[in-house]
Amino acid sequence: MKMTDPSTLRAWLLAEAPTSRRQARASAWYVGWLNLRSNTLAMAGLIFLALLLLAAVFAPFLASHDPFAQDLGARLLAPGTDGHLFGTDSLGRDIYSRVLYGARISIYIVLLVALVAPLLGLIIGTVAGYAGGWLDVVLMRVTDIFLAFPRLILALAFVAALGAGIENAVLAISLTAWPPYARIARAETLTIRNSDFIHAIRLQGAGPVRIVMRHIWPLCISSLVIRVTLDMAGIILTAAGLGFLGLGAQPPSPEWGAMVSEGRKFILDHWWVATVPGLAIFSISLAFNLLGDGLRDVLDPKEGGA
Amino acid sequence: MSAPLLSVRGLKVHFPVATGKLFGKTPVVRAVDGVDFDLQAGETLGIVGESGCGKSTTGNAILGLAPVTEGEIMFDGRNVAALTGRDRQALWRDLQVVFQDPVSALDPKRTIAQSIAEPLAIHGVGRARRKERVDELMELVGLRPGQRDRYPNELSGGQRQRVVIARALALDPRLVICDEAVSALDVSIQSQVLNLLLRLQRDLGLSYLFISHDLSVVRHISDRIAVMYLGTIVEEAPTDELFARPLHPYTEALLSAVPIPDPLAERAKTARPLQGDVPNPMDLPAGCPFVTRCPLRETGCETIRPAAVEIEPGHRLACHVREREITGTSALDPQR
Repeated sequence: MKMTDPSTLRAWLLAEAPTSRRQARASAWYVGWLNLRSNTLAMAGLIFLALLLLAAVFAPFLASHDPFAQDLGARLLAPGTDGHLFGTDSLGRDIYSRVLYGARISIYIVLLVALVAPLLGLIIGTVAGYAGGWLDVVLMRVTDIFLAFPRLILALAFVAALGAGIENAVLAISLTAWPPYARIARAETLTIRNSDFIHAIRLQGAGPVRIVMRHIWPLCISSLVIRVTLDMAGIILTAAGLGFLGLGAQPPSPEWGAMVSEGRKFILDHWWVATVPGLAIFSISLAFNLLGDGLRDVLDPKEGGA
Repeated sequence: MSAPLLSVRGLKVHFPVATGKLFGKTPVVRAVDGVDFDLQAGETLGIVGESGCGKSTTGNAILGLAPVTEGEIMFDGRNVAALTGRDRQALWRDLQVVFQDPVSALDPKRTIAQSIAEPLAIHGVGRARRKERVDELMELVGLRPGQRDRYPNELSGGQRQRVVIARALALDPRLVICDEAVSALDVSIQSQVLNLLLRLQRDLGLSYLFISHDLSVVRHISDRIAVMYLGTIVEEAPTDELFARPLHPYTEALLSAVPIPDPLAERAKTARPLQGDVPNPMDLPAGCPFVTRCPLRETGCETIRPAAVEIEPGHRLACHVREREITGTSALDPQR
């Protein structure tokens, strides 16, 4: 299909009567995008995250120094001196370059957790909700047990048991993050399972696996996606917290939490060492929160929309 | 007469009521309390009654969506309750349902072609054949091919109900249970959908169990009508017979409540509105369920439950007083 003219593309996307499934889907996405675009704060968050993602991808080209190269002669330089944009840390490493590379670690953790935790919660929640009975009781009590612990403490316990490191941090954070998703998925399942279309499908001979995977999961996704975007900030903070306590990414890798932790020793005399990675954590969390709010407005089925 | 397609005998559906009390007897709602009827192949049986009389529960029990407390449901010689696994699947091919609310009867995240194709996919129909069959079905129920990829929220209520009907017909069922199938639609759309159902019946030889509270709708579509009150069938007769000669006082009251399009006739009509309220279904009268509101009641009505008696061929009635008027005897009379 040739569609170089933007006005026809727009007309095609906003067509009243889509002629193919592909067009219907594209059109639904486009309308959602238009809604999101009208939300200035959400767009600010999205743009910031997009820039950050680009920065992480192209870190080798953007960095002014090797993030691991130590130069003990140039320790704790103030921002702006000798071409060090954000100064240097206690081992003379360029903070700007380290923050750039640190974005890779943070994004890696966030993406993995955002994939694993909701999936785990979705499976557990829908199975509990649809099966009901003792299975529901058992799964929900397990969920309650997980929810009863403060998140960071539980993650600490898991990391302590599994050993420090990025992969284990991801695993630990996922294990602490799934219960709210399971709760949401179960609540959605309970309302969906008694609707007429589930009855109708069941009368047509569909088994529980088909009903849960084909009909209940798709309807749970949008509330989970909203929750994920709102959760991302929490994930980053937990990851940074683990790094700060020395249980996340191990030195010398430039993880933001670990960098703040290092800078703590010099915070009174050399503020930038802890402040710059701290600001990075703050701004990525804020951006995720803003985007999450905007996405909720677009995706929330209770507000009309999709 | 040949063996009926669907035969219901002594059907009872009782629901326990959660009282929150830990001890003591749980009260029971007798949603359906002894229902018998037969449905011949190719025939439409209408079930009418006011809200809460158990007509939908009867349908749900036949479909297996409500637990059967007692009684027997035979479909084409097979006992529905005893079927499991493969046989149950086979039954589902023959027995389908059209619900009242076409909004909640369709998965909002699936296009209508996907919804219609789903039962075919479940029963292992190949992809190419599925597409063909969906086109066939959409044409059959009067949907345009261009609507294949629409989502339910983009369709009107009547169109959605057509999709639901197409989906129900996908597996070539023999009996379709229509549970208030047109009640949620506008009146003008109602007649379109009713005529569609009639045409499909003629073309495909379907049988319908048509459940509705709307007498004029039921009259339009049914060959026979069963009137339900508080979980029992009080009168059952061929449609014309029932409208011409209602015998049970409840049927009379129902029919007199139907508005007549001619204002003069409407004004001249002697309406007989019922007095009193429906008894609490947790605490039914021991005798005739209608006794609390019946204008004809006699002593004994409240203790002896009237059995359904075939007054004339095809016309069954459960009323002591009217039974005596016609046959000369009833269970109320002292034993001879």
